[in-house]
Amino acid sequence: MSSTATTQAKDRVIIRFAGDSGDGMQMTGDRFTADSAALGNDLSTLPNFPAEIRAPQGTMAGVSSFQLHFASWDILTPGDAPDVLVAMNPAALKANLSDVPRGATIIVNTDEFTTRSLKKVGWSSNPVEDDTLESWHVHAVPLTSITVAALAEFTSLTRKEKERAKNMFALGLLSWMYSRSTTSTEDFLTSKFGAKPDILAANLAALRAGWNYGETTEDFAVPFTVAAAKTPPGTYRNITGSAALALGLVAGAHRATRPLVLGSYPITPASDILHALSNYKRHGVTTVQAEDEIAAIGVALGASFGGSVGVTTTSGPGVALKSETIGLAVSLELPLVIVDVQRGGPSTGLPTKTEQSDLLQAMFGRNGESPVPIIAPQTSADCFDAAMEAVRIATTYRTPVFLLSDGYLANGSEPWQVPAVADLPSFPVQLATEPNGVDAKGNPVFHPYVRDEETLARPWAVPGTPGLEHRVGGIEKDAVTGNISYDPDNHDHMVRTRQAKIDGIAATIGDLQVDDPSGDAKVLVLGWGSTYGPNLAAVRRLRADGQSVAHAHLRHVNPFPSNTGEVLRRYDRVIVPEMNLGQLAMLLRAKYLVDVRSHTSVRGLPFKVADLAEVIDTALQEVSA
Amino acid sequence: MSIDLGIPTVASGTDGVPTLPEGEKHNRKDFTSDQEVRWCPGCGDYAILAAVQGFLPELGLRKENITFISGIGCSSRFPYYLDTYGMHSIHGRAPAIATGLATSRPDLSVWVVTGDGDALSIGGNHLIHAMRRNVNMTILLFNNRIYGLTKGQYSPTSQPGLVTKSSPMGSVDAAFNPISLALGAEGTFVARTMDSDRKHLTEVLKAAAAHRGTSIVEIYQNCPIFNDGAFELIKDVEQKKARLVHLNDGEPITIGEDDEREVLVRGEGGSVRFVREGEVSAQGLADQVVVHDVTLTDPSQAFSISRLDSESMTHVPMGIFRAVDRPTYDDQTRAQVDAAVELAGGPANDDDLQSLLYGKDTWTVEG
Repeated sequence: MSSTATTQAKDRVIIRFAGDSGDGMQMTGDRFTADSAALGNDLSTLPNFPAEIRAPQGTMAGVSSFQLHFASWDILTPGDAPDVLVAMNPAALKANLSDVPRGATIIVNTDEFTTRSLKKVGWSSNPVEDDTLESWHVHAVPLTSITVAALAEFTSLTRKEKERAKNMFALGLLSWMYSRSTTSTEDFLTSKFGAKPDILAANLAALRAGWNYGETTEDFAVPFTVAAAKTPPGTYRNITGSAALALGLVAGAHRATRPLVLGSYPITPASDILHALSNYKRHGVTTVQAEDEIAAIGVALGASFGGSVGVTTTSGPGVALKSETIGLAVSLELPLVIVDVQRGGPSTGLPTKTEQSDLLQAMFGRNGESPVPIIAPQTSADCFDAAMEAVRIATTYRTPVFLLSDGYLANGSEPWQVPAVADLPSFPVQLATEPNGVDAKGNPVFHPYVRDEETLARPWAVPGTPGLEHRVGGIEKDAVTGNISYDPDNHDHMVRTRQAKIDGIAATIGDLQVDDPSGDAKVLVLGWGSTYGPNLAAVRRLRADGQSVAHAHLRHVNPFPSNTGEVLRRYDRVIVPEMNLGQLAMLLRAKYLVDVRSHTSVRGLPFKVADLAEVIDTALQEVSA
Repeated sequence: MSIDLGIPTVASGTDGVPTLPEGEKHNRKDFTSDQEVRWCPGCGDYAILAAVQGFLPELGLRKENITFISGIGCSSRFPYYLDTYGMHSIHGRAPAIATGLATSRPDLSVWVVTGDGDALSIGGNHLIHAMRRNVNMTILLFNNRIYGLTKGQYSPTSQPGLVTKSSPMGSVDAAFNPISLALGAEGTFVARTMDSDRKHLTEVLKAAAAHRGTSIVEIYQNCPIFNDGAFELIKDVEQKKARLVHLNDGEPITIGEDDEREVLVRGEGGSVRFVREGEVSAQGLADQVVVHDVTLTDPSQAFSISRLDSESMTHVPMGIFRAVDRPTYDDQTRAQVDAAVELAGGPANDDDLQSLLYGKDTWTVEG
């Protein structure tokens, strides 16, 4: 479909689709995203949905939304506030209105604004008809009834089935408004509903009807265009964090030349990684859906003992259950990747919302001195590289590794420049094949805890290797033979050696890079994980105002890059924004005795750029005063 | 969509595990590690260790392809004393770890050593799910009906009323019957034997190793320190004649000798009971005589037999309760991966990985 109207150019737009859980808002958002990606826009998304699969219809509890930020330049976040809100019912309007700046556009589905629906959310009069929305540019569209009317010819479909296509009508309308081609959505529908020709035809008709509605109704003046972003040449795809993370694990195992075995137990928001890897059998990936979180990591560790790259995926409550096995892996010194897709806590907390509050759990949540490296991806696409890095460290150093994603990275999506496999890092594992010592009689023997001098990693000798039969366990081991040892000096040596091995990883991770274009910044904004986008966007905003601000981001949270202390001391003020109550700040203060300033928010949502910019601006004023 | 993978249902538990060349054989010493055995003097574990070390050579497998995984407890020190690959893991989790190992390595003979606390209390969930899945491994459950390593608290198999440090007025916990539990958990090979009967123990181990799927062998084992004599009634030469019920496949189940001989018959409500042999015909019970059949798909009869066991040890069945063929979890899991790989034309190479990374929907930005 192509529009005949003239167009008006914009450089970026934020759209939020909001409706009932059953209204298909996530799918609508996904499709608009795919169409925008195909157009070459840079984009960033923020799905936001309730933990309940189907909360009571029309209630605030059941509101599901999908925010998409697309632009003609490289953007970093899904945006603070929508330029356009599509509200499919009164609950969706009420739940989202406070986020929509005055003057922005609101499209409401007036069919759902019945007395009964309004009452469900505590409205006694209709906001579309009274003056509630007078500060916004409102398009009152009877989406449901127009959709049903447009599908009049589909006599085999029930009214309910026709109503269900209203999200496609909305998508068609928005596609016209922003000059998106609907080709990829048409292809998507064809493959989804290919077996149900009536449903397919109805959805396609609804999509076209929405487009035509925009073009023919005078309510919508001219469509907007958002040009393609200037991105480096290459092949791109749109990808969510969990999809990228799953691919990174596959690529990591491929480059380690070991098979990948996942042990996992379903948990929100990590299950998508289990789903993805379960589909990669063709790549030799084995997945075991275990009976519980503990069994899941047990399966992974058992596979690692057998020579595979063992991986377990979970969220915070699952990590709590896996703690003892992670401690065992520290003691056994076997490779293991623990993926924690963090969500709001404590306890069950906010299963579908994001948070960064498992950092200290990952760092310290075990008995004894039990150091584990921690890696944190910074964007959805970066989950790929971070997962490969986790596999590299796990297999090179023979250690469990934490990979801390979060709900925002996992479900959000952005364009990803697909790397060439040949350019990926390579770290083939060398398994032990020969004895590495002699016994008292001079016979060759295998000593499982004799270490590589550079990495301090112990040999990985897998069952099936003749002559290297040995026993490992959670009891303290002799530093050479691996036999049980309760010797005081040996234990002291082993505790310090395990710590030194993890600390030594810093030698291979490079320095913390600081982005300070003016070179005279006095304030540093330092983050980890998914705050990368909001932090950098806020910093850019202040730089655009002519201010000097430095920005740095930690990929490795344990160990820290070697120069971290030096970087921190270089600035008059270090601000650490986190979606917790200051966990990284606590680690930095403890390790470097630097008075970093913590800025925190635990609302289950990523930081708003405007809020962060204000915090940084205040710091700039204080420092210069 | 489910795919018929054509898994062979009848295979040995050690199929796929490399064997020694023809004519070569390990001996007991080959399976003895250099570690000093540290169980208490008189512990039943010594007898089991000796039996296992004596039996393993009979498998004819390459030593490096045998792995023992244990949990925590006295029995779980077992792997340290065997010169095979071994892991002394954490409390209750050995079946889960063994599941990962067995699923990813079809060329290994995987053994789990556990105790009544390890398997039935803290690790109960993993135990039942291993049996439900039927992962190819052999679980040796040393049952001494007490927590030994923590110095004598009652366990999930301790008899009610047992006075221990944590139950000074007698335990009020009901006891698990591990055999009944295993049968309820869809166990495909379920057996019971005893530390003091080396010959019986060895025969049961042989059958357990030959079974493809999860074999669970409950081994009554005496703890001379904290629960000494727990099985005395079935070890005493005179007492055991009237109490030990030997299960022999294909034969009626009997107890006692000569005139005292009793035969097991089907009773009320799905139960079984012993009747004097001479009265079987008189009572018209000839068609109710239970002929032991380990291959019955329905575990009901085996379950009834397992319920003969009681606190007073009046009748204690010993031997193989059930041995049925059912596709194993690990064989099926590997078959799915193998089928996917084969369908795609062989193991994934760099090009295959590249197309996975691209996915279905890409766009190109020209330079």
